Amino acid sequence: MATQVVMPKLSPTMEEGQLSRWLKKEGDKVSMGEPLAEIDTDKATMEMQALADGVLRKILINEGESAPLGQPIAIIGEPDEDISALLTAGNGKPPQASPAPSGPSGKAAETAPAELSREASDSNKTSETSVPAKQRDVAQQPPRDDGRQLISPIAARMAADAGVNLKSMQGSGPGGRIVKRDVEAAMAEKPASSTAALRLRVGLTQPTEKSAVYGPSGYRDEPLSEMRRTIARRLVTSLGPVPHFFLTSEIDMDRAADMRRAINELSPDIKLSINDIVIKVAAAALIQHPQVNASFQDKTIRYYEHADIGVAVATENGLITPVVRAADTKSLLEITGEVRELAERARARKLKPEEYTGATFSISNLGMFGIDEFTAVINPPEGAILAVGAMTPSPVVKENQIVIRETMRVTMSCDHRVVDGAIGAQFLRTFKQIMENPLYVFLG
Amino acid sequence: MAVMTMRDALNLALREELARDGNVFLMGEEVAEYQGAYKVTRGLLETFGPKRVIDTPITELGFAGLGVGAAMVGLRPIVEFMTLNFSILATDQIINSAAKMLYMSGGQFKIPIVFRGPGGSAYQVSSQHSQALESWYAYFPGLKVVMPSTPADAKGLLKSAIRDDDPVIFIEQERMYNMKGEVPEDENFTIPLGVAEIKRAGTDATIVARSLMVPVALKAAEELARDGLSCEVIDPRTIRPLDINAIVESVKKTNRVVIAEESHPFAGVGAEISAEINERAFDYLDAPVKRVSGADVPMPYAKNLERMAIPDVEQVIAAVREVSYL
Repeated sequence: MATQVVMPKLSPTMEEGQLSRWLKKEGDKVSMGEPLAEIDTDKATMEMQALADGVLRKILINEGESAPLGQPIAIIGEPDEDISALLTAGNGKPPQASPAPSGPSGKAAETAPAELSREASDSNKTSETSVPAKQRDVAQQPPRDDGRQLISPIAARMAADAGVNLKSMQGSGPGGRIVKRDVEAAMAEKPASSTAALRLRVGLTQPTEKSAVYGPSGYRDEPLSEMRRTIARRLVTSLGPVPHFFLTSEIDMDRAADMRRAINELSPDIKLSINDIVIKVAAAALIQHPQVNASFQDKTIRYYEHADIGVAVATENGLITPVVRAADTKSLLEITGEVRELAERARARKLKPEEYTGATFSISNLGMFGIDEFTAVINPPEGAILAVGAMTPSPVVKENQIVIRETMRVTMSCDHRVVDGAIGAQFLRTFKQIMENPLYVFLG
Repeated sequence: MAVMTMRDALNLALREELARDGNVFLMGEEVAEYQGAYKVTRGLLETFGPKRVIDTPITELGFAGLGVGAAMVGLRPIVEFMTLNFSILATDQIINSAAKMLYMSGGQFKIPIVFRGPGGSAYQVSSQHSQALESWYAYFPGLKVVMPSTPADAKGLLKSAIRDDDPVIFIEQERMYNMKGEVPEDENFTIPLGVAEIKRAGTDATIVARSLMVPVALKAAEELARDGLSCEVIDPRTIRPLDINAIVESVKKTNRVVIAEESHPFAGVGAEISAEINERAFDYLDAPVKRVSGADVPMPYAKNLERMAIPDVEQVIAAVREVSYL
């Protein structure tokens, strides 16, 4: 029986998708589980699987065209089957009124044969395994969309022993399972320049069990107090959904710049940036000020255990904020490596949804564009964002003398429902203190 | 060392043990005058006479019970079933008497008996005569189950089985009777029960195989080696007691396992080995344990279908590639 292929939901925030590339032509045979097309979502380019066997009878949207979730984009059927009914029924129109902008789009999901559903590909796999093991191109199966990362037991064990971060790794096994050879490749890739090896060489030891925190941060929810509820209600009515306020501080960066220079001189493999130090310092300050490492949750305020720092990365398609998980537990070298790797994949549009969502705090740095200071817009539901300007030589008064110092201006935008002025100011004071005496980060 | 067939290696083991111990005797259908349906007992009547090598009527339950009684009073019977398929008729004696007597008599009666004969698939003898029954017998505490895969193993294991004080089900493979190999002629050569052997060492994947599947696994390993994949082939040789430690050690080294077996998959020995690996070596696995079993249907008579029902080299290769993500 012929079935419609509809635009699937491929990311948590996706409302429509652009057809980047058809991987099959009209008339091609397709089987369940086979990649059918590449879809550009709002965040990444993802492969869409066929969820029916047959022949790709009709392509309904061309490459480069967009379609809302649930709109038919192709028809799969038997080679000689009459598909005219399906053609007239769903020619370019979504089966329902356009899906709600947020929340589960229930109707669309129910009627969508091309929904990237785990159940479908699972049952598909089960039936395949009973066939005398035909070779399957396992890497072609898209990663799971339920956020679970599949790791073979030995791969997990080897990665834990070697301190390899699996979070950003794409597995080569079925369904994106990370298998032994992926970990071996990761271990072979960076023995010389690995942060672990460097750490040993330069003696910047950190307890390894600390670095083993890779998932999203844990948290505790605290009920809103009456006062907090009133503050929230009143501020929202006056300032919009997220009531921002802004705090600016000028920071003497001489020591941070010296430290960066000194660390980078240790090895040509180390390319520590000022922003990497900003991430580490912000994470350290957030742990000291948990009221800032928090988010407004309607009836509760959520306080996070770790500082998962979103780092704004400009790509040609726009802004995306990959997340450095538990930055408070990571060394500068781990952070610099992770940021570089995440940014590269962000520009290549290869980030997975869980890699750019769920930060507890964000940092936006426009210093490289020569911006002295600016205000950034909070990425809900985070409680604050730090806007970082350029480091510039400035006249500064020190011991009643005017001296030239490297200074940097940072502006924190706070969600007033969570962070009050004094709390934000205390955080920023700690941030400034650590930044001006950055060796502190090696104590934590 | 002499090169001989598995049939002759078994014959040699019987001959040596009949000569070594006067309490050992052999009985079964056609074992004496006809010299065995598969000629495993050739020449034994002539050497040892009709008191030691006894033709029985076609009454499996009857002569199995006779054997159990003889074992209870101190003899060491070897009972041949013309094929293991006919042992189905004798299961009450095997399972209810032989397996349980030591336990139920509070240790008063040991049952040093060997039930032996060909099992597994043959050549177009159809559903009722092509059965791999090892999982049946291995299920029962009190029974030992042995399956040799080479002439030398056949000799060494059969001698140990005859000398063992517990009932042993010794399953030969009809297709392997003519398989040739080097066999130690030493009368003292035995292979202990419950000890696996690595038939080929390797590093990338473990193939656990027994009986007919050992040569199949070795062939698969040879072909995979040409693609740079190093397979370890491990033969438990004794199904019960199972040398699970040897298998687990191999899995710890290779991280990937294929279990090749001629028997049906459901509730089979492969399922048991898979469960043991899961319990003991889960953290070492890089892929789910994969079984390659006989088809889950009664054995077809038609030659082409029979071939499809028995695992072959291609299926084992495909399974190894699957667990190696290739």
